Amino acid sequence: MKFLTEYRNLEATQQVIRQIEKAITRPWKIMEICGGQTHSLVRNGLLELLPEEVQMIHGPGCPVCVTPMQLIDQAVELMEKGVILCSFGDMVRVPGSTISLLEAKARGGELRILYSPLEAVRIARENPGREVVFFAVGFETTAPANALSVLQAEKEGLSNYSLLVSHVLVPPAMEGILDDPFCAIDAFLGAGHVCAIMGYREYHPIAAKYQIPIVVTGFEPLDLVQGIHRAVVQLEKGEYRVENQYARAVSEAGNLQAQKVIHQVFEIADRQWRGIGTIPRSGYALREAYRPFDASHKFGLAEETNTESGECMAGDILKGLKKPHQCPHFGKKCTPRTPMGAPMVSSEGACAAYYHFAPNP
Amino acid sequence: MDSQTPMSSSIQLAHGSGGLMTRELLDQIIFSTFKNPFLEQKHDGAIVPLKGPVVISTDSFVVSPIFFAGGNIGDLAINGTVNDVAMCGGVPEFISLGFIIEEGLDTSDFVKIVQTIKAAAEEAGVLIVTGDTKVVESGKGDKIFINTTGIGSPHPRAHISMDRIRPGDQLLVSGPIAAHGMAILSQREGLQFESEIRSDTTCLNHLVSDLLDEFGDQVHLLRDPTRGGISSVCSEIAQDSALGVLLRETALPLDPQVAAACEMLGLDPLYVANEGIFCAIVDAEAAPKILERMKSHPKGGRAALIGEIRSEYPGKVVMESAVGGSRIVTPLIGEQLPRIC
Repeated sequence: MKFLTEYRNLEATQQVIRQIEKAITRPWKIMEICGGQTHSLVRNGLLELLPEEVQMIHGPGCPVCVTPMQLIDQAVELMEKGVILCSFGDMVRVPGSTISLLEAKARGGELRILYSPLEAVRIARENPGREVVFFAVGFETTAPANALSVLQAEKEGLSNYSLLVSHVLVPPAMEGILDDPFCAIDAFLGAGHVCAIMGYREYHPIAAKYQIPIVVTGFEPLDLVQGIHRAVVQLEKGEYRVENQYARAVSEAGNLQAQKVIHQVFEIADRQWRGIGTIPRSGYALREAYRPFDASHKFGLAEETNTESGECMAGDILKGLKKPHQCPHFGKKCTPRTPMGAPMVSSEGACAAYYHFAPNP
Repeated sequence: MDSQTPMSSSIQLAHGSGGLMTRELLDQIIFSTFKNPFLEQKHDGAIVPLKGPVVISTDSFVVSPIFFAGGNIGDLAINGTVNDVAMCGGVPEFISLGFIIEEGLDTSDFVKIVQTIKAAAEEAGVLIVTGDTKVVESGKGDKIFINTTGIGSPHPRAHISMDRIRPGDQLLVSGPIAAHGMAILSQREGLQFESEIRSDTTCLNHLVSDLLDEFGDQVHLLRDPTRGGISSVCSEIAQDSALGVLLRETALPLDPQVAAACEMLGLDPLYVANEGIFCAIVDAEAAPKILERMKSHPKGGRAALIGEIRSEYPGKVVMESAVGGSRIVTPLIGEQLPRIC
């Protein structure tokens, strides 16, 4: 724990904030990609401690928030068909077009909330007469464990295990945001955990093409202010490089073993992002050889496109064009108990972060 | 078959039938364990002596797993109800005990639970005076559920009520937070830590009585932060008193292995259940002495001053973060952890 408390140190954090104050001469818009970073910023009260000129824009890095509604509908459909559906806890309260997974459970469906997909493989092993599906949601961070679960099921010859895949990738989303004509972002804080897996080689061409600083950053208060400081220093000098603040967890090449497992099982595919739309080559799908482990293929799930409630501005929030409290429904019609969109549900969603933690949004 | 026939190795439906096998279970396990004149009346209920107003509280226990590090569903049921009576400023004296058992429960597990109940009742100084046992078919319950009702008298010096809270009052907690919830969860998730996380389940009535003996109406409010944790208690206080609650993150007592488990599982310790601590809102002037008194008691050795009542932000709970920022603490929404107690 010492490793953590050092990065939650009052003096060290405030010293870096003073360095930011010294370095900054004009307003800059910095986007933190990852929802975990958004939560840490708000939960630790950092937004009010930073100088006014630093405007943090909250990015789309909450996998639960960007998982398309029809995937949730498909998961509900599987539960209604008698499948044991396994999911990370965050996913279960997100509304689909009709109900959430938790509501499907209350109606008699079988839902298991797990911390690891390998647990789902165990459930498949222990229930040979039942179909077990793991809802494989997430960025590059959760992909290795999900891929590993498929390899494990294959090794054990389990034919009753499959994945409902909704994997998304960070770099295409960054480019998608930068290509938006309304984009006004000056720098990125890269998502530390994603980079721990994938490294940050992919970011050099993005930084060069869009002339934008990218600082790979961790999640603790000291990490975040250091990341912001490095971004501000680059911006003030007119530089645009990739830097690594989170060197204690991230190397340039990333975790090669994890990447190998990912590429063995998954291939890059177009993906729909809830609130944003389809981004080419922005996610993973199971490779042809692992088709038997693909739940949508196995159960012939319908690919209907359901339209979102027009009132929810999740798309603008995920692209950083609006702040949660600029939504007329924030905290009124839309609360974590009555969410209109995923960012209000997920523990990493920007709307939930503002609702739970921000003293004066 | 007489009452000396050895019990079967697992509980069967007939043990709840009201017939011979029920008798056998009562005589061999219940009455032989809990001997007291009230239970020996063998009425359908118990006639107990009480004078003046009565403090009464009931609670049901459905925890899964039924055995966990630091306790089991039995002591949890006794401590939970004893503590609820104590939080009202009551001195718990009598307990009723209702079992709903799923057919097939190992008799040895049931005996173990009953023995734990006995030990917990003795420690709390309460008598089991009446009870009930039902058995449901396999698959219709989950091993065992327990309902307990506690009865007692108000402590003569207690004056505990939400409308006694004033701005400036201090918020004390009697021990480290989040232990029970993380003990249950790490057991469910099969997490191993260097030192085992144990539930904090314990009775708090003696410590509460000592505080009331000495400080009387300087104790304004008592709450045990069970389900929903510290955040829910503070939110209730803020909403019901229309005052603000300030918490200081760095002052919260938290065991390092519990903190580590919370980090790993992505849980906020403020929302995690406790079963052996309480929050006390006390008069500001008396607070240091009350804290000292708590710390000198075996059930309050790691008590801490964690916050205070403020008039600035009525209805809200605000926490000062370790790095000098502040955040709102909202009540728990939905179920963080089902069947924690």
